Amino acid sequence: MKFNFNWEGNRNKIQKLMDFMKENRSKKGILMMALHETQDLFGYIPLEIMELISKELKTPLSEIYGVATFYSQFSLVPKGENVIGVCLGTACYVKGGQDILAKLEELLAIKEGQTTPDGKFSIDATRCLGACGLAPVMMINNKIYGKLTLDKVEEIINSYR
Amino acid sequence: MITVEELKKIRENTLKKMDLKLHKLQEEILDKEGALNKKLILICGGPGCHSSNVEEMKARFEKRILEKGLIHVEVSIAGCFGLCESGPNIEVYPEGIFYSRVKMDDIDEIVDKHLCENVVVERLLNEGAIESGKIKHVSQVNFYNKQKKIALRNCGIIDYNDIKEYIALDGYQALAKAITEMTQEEVINMVKDSNLRGRGGAGFPTGRKWETAFKYDADQKYVICNADEGDPGAFMDRSILEGDPHSVLEGMALCGYAIGAEQGYIYIRAEYPVAVERLKIAIKQAKEMGLLGRNILGTDFSFDIELRLGAGAFVCGEGTALMESIEGRRGMPRPKVERTAHKGLWGKPTIINNVETFANVPPILLKGADWFRSIGTEDSSGTKVFALGGKVKNTGLVEVPMGTTLREIIFDIGGGIEKDRKFKAVQTGGPSGGCIPEEYLDTPVDFGSLSKIGSIMGSGGMIVLDESDCMVDIARFFLDFTVDESCGKCVPCREGTKRMLEILERITAGEGRAEDLDRLESLAEIITSGSLCGLGQTAANPVISTLKYFRDEYEAHIYDKRCPAGACQALLEFYITDKCIGCTKCARSCPVSAIRGKVKERHVIDTEKCIKCGACMEVCPVGAVIKR
Repeated sequence: MKFNFNWEGNRNKIQKLMDFMKENRSKKGILMMALHETQDLFGYIPLEIMELISKELKTPLSEIYGVATFYSQFSLVPKGENVIGVCLGTACYVKGGQDILAKLEELLAIKEGQTTPDGKFSIDATRCLGACGLAPVMMINNKIYGKLTLDKVEEIINSYR
Repeated sequence: MITVEELKKIRENTLKKMDLKLHKLQEEILDKEGALNKKLILICGGPGCHSSNVEEMKARFEKRILEKGLIHVEVSIAGCFGLCESGPNIEVYPEGIFYSRVKMDDIDEIVDKHLCENVVVERLLNEGAIESGKIKHVSQVNFYNKQKKIALRNCGIIDYNDIKEYIALDGYQALAKAITEMTQEEVINMVKDSNLRGRGGAGFPTGRKWETAFKYDADQKYVICNADEGDPGAFMDRSILEGDPHSVLEGMALCGYAIGAEQGYIYIRAEYPVAVERLKIAIKQAKEMGLLGRNILGTDFSFDIELRLGAGAFVCGEGTALMESIEGRRGMPRPKVERTAHKGLWGKPTIINNVETFANVPPILLKGADWFRSIGTEDSSGTKVFALGGKVKNTGLVEVPMGTTLREIIFDIGGGIEKDRKFKAVQTGGPSGGCIPEEYLDTPVDFGSLSKIGSIMGSGGMIVLDESDCMVDIARFFLDFTVDESCGKCVPCREGTKRMLEILERITAGEGRAEDLDRLESLAEIITSGSLCGLGQTAANPVISTLKYFRDEYEAHIYDKRCPAGACQALLEFYITDKCIGCTKCARSCPVSAIRGKVKERHVIDTEKCIKCGACMEVCPVGAVIKR
């Protein structure tokens, strides 16, 4: 998928990010925080913004890229409007988390790590979400759905369509 | 800023308002005469129940209570009750009635019957709360009566968003006592004498660690709370942070005082948005009250706490990798040339402890080292919180004295195996731990005993496996995890785990070779002895322990091309039994036309054509298709 960064449309967000960095400049180890802020604002970490951060923090772009790609939660491509995280922790795995993932991939016709062409959904396989008592679980935009069955999954996805 | 006196006043005033909550600590059901007019509905807001919109439930309760004109009823949300399996959970006080699986539509009935007419709604009682017709107080339910709560002492009682309720239950009293009456050495000695060991997994004595940092001279020192709870199947720390955030803040401040640090960091994983929110609120409240910040309680001691978010890297649970991450770099472990208690975060003496360790500190300071040592075993004092999950009936959060046996945890508290299947193994310690078979179920759980049988205590994840789980596949699952999470810095871990995974994948796919087991064993040895950090050094444990206790399963995969548990898809055969009624559904749904048969006659699967998709099994109306 190719996309262009919209400088004009994102002007407000860029300003917010700059303010954030100015405000927190005195704090040590600000890079991680800046990347989190970027992801919160833009939904992903655009290369263009990494260049801005690089100038602002006087840190080489290569180093910022290195950090951004090390952590699995940072995404360098835009995510869907609804981010689905399927838990593949141990408890969910032994209770059929893999089947839940397969069902979602079938329902949305995309693979794990991808976004639907209409930009509505993306699927991630996540690490343990810490709701093991409800296994198998998935998380849609920070909301946990537990004790899933294949039918339930379909119902839940339909409620987001 | 408040003084010690004012702190005491807040405590007394809030306690008066909390009289109903304190009934949670009682053990008897009050009879109708003894029951007060006032009632309290306590809703579980733990990670499991929270997903069922507890705020909406609370609003519904309040609406109905208003409609019925009841005045002396309070509705409150508290931290995790522990029994996630039966959530959403609700308790009614002062009686101590325990309702489970409460749905939105049940709420009116509870209000109408229980609150208005004083009749317990038996249909909604937790299965464990009623025995031969007699209703039990929640603390007498089997799941709870073997537990002992120290780290979780306030979870499920206090309102996590109200610092005053924490203060009412002795909160911040330990900090007040330490900074006004005790020297730094006295605090350290008390923690040392208590024999508190790190709850993150390795079990290093906490007091000794603190002493090392205390004795090292530096202009700046740091305290870090490791809340990067990455082990799959573990949610102890999450529940403490969400149910009782102040206990962690207080523990950190005590550590800060003891070693002479003024700045603390909580490094928390981004997968826990609710915990992050509640921590932010807790830090803000503590700062406003002057229990964090400059000159705490009017003394010379200053201590501040900042939150730092992880971003989904398991290796950041390792101390030095975590420090790299806070400093804004890739989370790769450092070579351990010097101790982090001497040179840690930004090269300064740093104490890093786990969430549960910090939560244990305030009670130790208040009740003394002897009290703490009187609980648990010689080797390991106190209690441990476990997240019980997998194929066990009562999944949830339990806190038991060290030395409780695995059998007691899984069968007495956990209620045994789901669907009454046969127990096969329990996996402790996540990707660094091992699988423990049935013959060791009577092993007491403490740091020493578990490592003797090839597993580790770990941070507290406990996944129960039954006869339908394939042990080779479980080992493969964990290796898949470590390969993904290895940071790539050192060769034994980066390359070794990958080769191990390849072998395991081969075996589960039915392509195992005779030499594979020897290869796995020699690889395990190299990875364990040659890796830089704990992740690599323990990465082979799931393989080593399953090879030791379930070697026959590996052999069945390799030599007989058979998966005894019936879990490895590639080694299965689908088979239609005599139950078949000849409805032809399976034949029609088979994508590769591998099923033949006439109407009203038993159908047959051509195993050569079959792609093992399982479609036939799904459509069969009589369950005649089986895997074997």
